[in-house]
Amino acid sequence: MIPEDLRYTSTHEWLRVDDDLATIGITDHAQEELGDIVYLELPEVGSTVTAGHVFGSVESVKTVSDLTAPVSGEVLEVNEELTDSPDLVNEESYGGGWMIIVKMEIPSEVEELLTPEQYEKFVEEQ
Amino acid sequence: MNEPTIFERSVSGRTGVYFQESGLDSTMTQILGEENLRHDLPLPEVSQVDVIRHYTRLSAMNYGVDSGFYPLGSCTMKYNPKIHEEIAAMPGFSRLHPNQQAESCQGILRMLFEMQCFVQEITGMDAVTLQPAAGAHGELTALMVFKRHFERVGERHRRIVIVPDSSHGTNPATAARCGYEVIQITSGTDGRVDIARLREQLSDETAAVMLTNPNTLGLFETQIAEIADLVHKAGALLYCDGANMNAIMGIHRPGDAGFDAMHLNLHKTFSTPHGGGGPGSGPIAVKDFLASYLPVPVVAQNEDGYYLNYDLPDSIGAVHSFYGNIGMIVRAFAYIISLGANGLREVSENAVLNANYLLSKVSDSYEVPYGTKCMHEFVASAVRQKPRGVKALDIAKRLIDFGFHPPTIYFPLIVPEALMVEPTETESIESLNAFADALNAIAKEAEVSPEMVTSAPHHTPVGRLNEAAAARNMELTWTVGD
Repeated sequence: MIPEDLRYTSTHEWLRVDDDLATIGITDHAQEELGDIVYLELPEVGSTVTAGHVFGSVESVKTVSDLTAPVSGEVLEVNEELTDSPDLVNEESYGGGWMIIVKMEIPSEVEELLTPEQYEKFVEEQ
Repeated sequence: MNEPTIFERSVSGRTGVYFQESGLDSTMTQILGEENLRHDLPLPEVSQVDVIRHYTRLSAMNYGVDSGFYPLGSCTMKYNPKIHEEIAAMPGFSRLHPNQQAESCQGILRMLFEMQCFVQEITGMDAVTLQPAAGAHGELTALMVFKRHFERVGERHRRIVIVPDSSHGTNPATAARCGYEVIQITSGTDGRVDIARLREQLSDETAAVMLTNPNTLGLFETQIAEIADLVHKAGALLYCDGANMNAIMGIHRPGDAGFDAMHLNLHKTFSTPHGGGGPGSGPIAVKDFLASYLPVPVVAQNEDGYYLNYDLPDSIGAVHSFYGNIGMIVRAFAYIISLGANGLREVSENAVLNANYLLSKVSDSYEVPYGTKCMHEFVASAVRQKPRGVKALDIAKRLIDFGFHPPTIYFPLIVPEALMVEPTETESIESLNAFADALNAIAKEAEVSPEMVTSAPHHTPVGRLNEAAAARNMELTWTVGD
């Protein structure tokens, strides 16, 4: 199930927009592919992330993968719960498994992202 | 798990050994003082047979090369001949003290010296240190040697190490640990180094290129001479990750192919215990121009006999306490002596033969993205099973039900749903057939009853674990009263 109210990247991040704030996580498909997640490396509050650039990494029992920022801006909040419970990303990828909240610098960047329909098609084609 | 702890087996008043009145109590009181004696410790009260059965059952839950086939790709889990244990336990080896004077331990020094010579001969290199504790430690030692070399020749600006995307994770990790920037190059469609991409990345900032040969896809880098030439023309050094030496012993020497340094994993290729069975050992061998940077001491020989040479002014220093994991070097030495040069060559020939045989037995059931010929290991893929919901992880878990240790999975990273199989030369045709039958049976199950595979294992003391939670929320203690 791909939530209708989010936007997506081809590197399997999702983004939830609330005015100029964006909540970012990885998709259910991504966590399924990664397997059990053991560790997350996330940016610090106050740092900035840039669209298309790496903002952290996710380590699963299989592999370590980069996290790519869908939009640019300042990190306002980091999900501290993931430090002790990275498995939340597996269990609630679109909910409790959110990773960071960014204050967007260029809200129009959202328009560049995949729609739910486009992402669904993208995953099917892979 | 259905095995209670030894404490939970305790029954008040039961005992394993009866002591006669010995007077020990009053002696202990005198020595320790009454206030330091505790009579309320909840030690388990069990009979001898309770103890024996408890620990025998626990040991039977373990799995090792002595229990069955262990095809863990890139790990060379070969049988460890038992005579090595007897030799390593001989008092001349086991009762030495590392601070003994050289004249009182000429035997072990001679063994170490000759081992250095064997490693030189097998690798085609000129000088050896036996200190590193394992392969990655050997890599780090070699890169420190490279770094010292570039400092000495005034080329400190070389700050980049290049690795292919099929490399062992230890390669980029050790390069980064050594202060280098790592550049990863994408492999060619045939799974080998893409020469054009390598050429693009080489520059006067390149310190080293690290390659595994044969590589982690089980393919020999056929263009190794050209690669070595390119690397050296750029002024960089070429490192060989020797993890896959089991494919080429006595047939191909990395030193002859242009590599400047390499490590051996004695716990892989040279049959010393591995993976919980004992510490590793990762000697490195280098070309002449790097010899003076090796860790001290090296074992040397003069007219008085063998001695530990600390007089290497350019040395990077010691990388291990004393002289390395000596007990493992003794075992590997015994292995080399008992097989001889021809025997080592046969090891590699049979390792490659076994892998190709197994590959041919399973290549109808599984995708084999890099072809049906391999060196000592091959990589299959579960992409054909995936649409049925069956992944490499599930196949690995189901293999446990068939009595086999799973192969390496999800490595190398460039193969989706990778199953990396290395049978080694020590397996009989019967065990290879049995493993192939199991893999083929699982491929069939994936077609007709995928849930059988995705919910495996079914016949183990515990079922499918959440691997992340199992590592994170361990219960390692048992408390009285629980």
